[in-house]
Amino acid sequence: MVRFENVGLRYGLGSEVLRDLTFHIEPRSFQFLTGPSGAGKTSLLRMLFLTLRPTRGLINLFGEDVSILGKDGLAALRRRIGIVFQDFRLLDHMTTYENVALPLRVLGRRESSYRHEVIELLQWVGLGERMWALPPVLSGGEKQRAAIARAVIARPELLLADEPTGNVDPALAQRLLRLLIELNKSGTSILIATHDIALMDQYNARRLVIHEGRLHIYD
Amino acid sequence: MTASTHSGKPLDTLKTRIPAGEMPRNETPIIPKESISGSALAAVIAIMTFLAALTTGAVMLVIASATEWQSDVAREVTIQVRPGPGRDIEMESFKAAAIAREFPGLIDVRPYTREESARLLEPWLGAGLVIEDLPVPRMIVVKIAPGATPDLAGLRKALAERAAGASLDDHRGWVNRMRAMASAAVALGIGVLILVLATTMLSVAFATRGTMAANRPIVEVLHFIGARDAYITAQFQRHFLLLGLKGGVLGGGAALVLFALAGLLGDRFLGAAAADQAAALFGSYAIGPAGYAAVFGQIVLIAATAAWTSRRVVKRTLDSIE
Repeated sequence: MVRFENVGLRYGLGSEVLRDLTFHIEPRSFQFLTGPSGAGKTSLLRMLFLTLRPTRGLINLFGEDVSILGKDGLAALRRRIGIVFQDFRLLDHMTTYENVALPLRVLGRRESSYRHEVIELLQWVGLGERMWALPPVLSGGEKQRAAIARAVIARPELLLADEPTGNVDPALAQRLLRLLIELNKSGTSILIATHDIALMDQYNARRLVIHEGRLHIYD
Repeated sequence: MTASTHSGKPLDTLKTRIPAGEMPRNETPIIPKESISGSALAAVIAIMTFLAALTTGAVMLVIASATEWQSDVAREVTIQVRPGPGRDIEMESFKAAAIAREFPGLIDVRPYTREESARLLEPWLGAGLVIEDLPVPRMIVVKIAPGATPDLAGLRKALAERAAGASLDDHRGWVNRMRAMASAAVALGIGVLILVLATTMLSVAFATRGTMAANRPIVEVLHFIGARDAYITAQFQRHFLLLGLKGGVLGGGAALVLFALAGLLGDRFLGAAAADQAAALFGSYAIGPAGYAAVFGQIVLIAATAAWTSRRVVKRTLDSIE
């Protein structure tokens, strides 16, 4: 599904922040990506999400060499990936329902065709009563769940989550983790970037650890 | 989705608790319609379109008036019969008028009577003038039929041969001066119009960029959820085209209403001294179909500028994300 071969990344003329990254992400797999702050977790996520090009090496996503893809090709691949941002990135002028439905709307689907799908998902993540609320009135946990729902509504094959529990209390963090585990069981590969050791200890999964620009894998 | 709920219940068997009928009917636009920056941009566009439309209208009036001044002067020639020793000026004037009437293309040959000639001199010499005491030439005003090109050289020659003291003034000097003045006024007007249009488009472009800055998060979110670049740019282009049209119609419409009002008031006060002077200078206030077409063209141009600028900014934003 995802294959990195000797990938390196540098910003400008500086030294490489990520060196010789070689790893695979298999379908239906679950992994944590961790490392100290500033280690390059977000940079790796951005490369996985195709918003950052490596300075060297090969990235192959879903069988495609991303270095030779055009903008539309990258957008098509991006639709097979869901991403949850640490800062949620919900659109404040749209209701929770509309935010979650947005990936389907940009695909050109009619509202009537996805209405039940979105409502079911919102109920599943526990936002059934908040679907007509605007993001500014949602709590941090509700925003995070809405962001997760938006990331998975188009049934991505890979879900990337950047510190999904960074802004929530431990109880809610555990609940969000359970949500992601259930998504994984339904067939979505999950990669959670976090430096929350307690969170990782709650679920036995593969760990990708970035340390001094290199990746260490603990299966 | 084949995932299950927290309780292990499959999602596709979950009954929705909110009936579809309770859902809001209209989808919220992806780009918010009402925003402070959007309203400010519409106001900027309205004001700039208003100013540009006023300039256009004024330039159209100047062009129409300049053309009218030229054609008015060019549609008239004057025969002058000078007095001389032993010359019967009345008889010579009569002969000169008869000669002028023989030429095709000349209509309304009207010799000024003695009293009319005296009245022409009143502002300088006062009333009660005995014109016979002064060597004042007699004037014959000859109007040229619209579109006709009479043989003025032949008329000049015939007057010289058959009417003593008669000469023809075809106002060529005046026409040349008027033409130069009109050309200068038109060139100046067009120059001002170009400057105003350029300023309008630049200020609309800058205001659009400012508004787009507030919309960057929307561009990013659309990009991250996999929207194609063409979809994102089309959303913004359409939004800003409509915003531009809204502002343009407000501003351009206000200018057109102002012109219509000026025309109405001009007609109502026709005859008043100031209105007569203004009418003499600028004709009527009506800007005509060409003026209306120019204002509509401006509205479209300004809206297109806003749309095009937003498209450029979105493309640059998308390039900067990757």
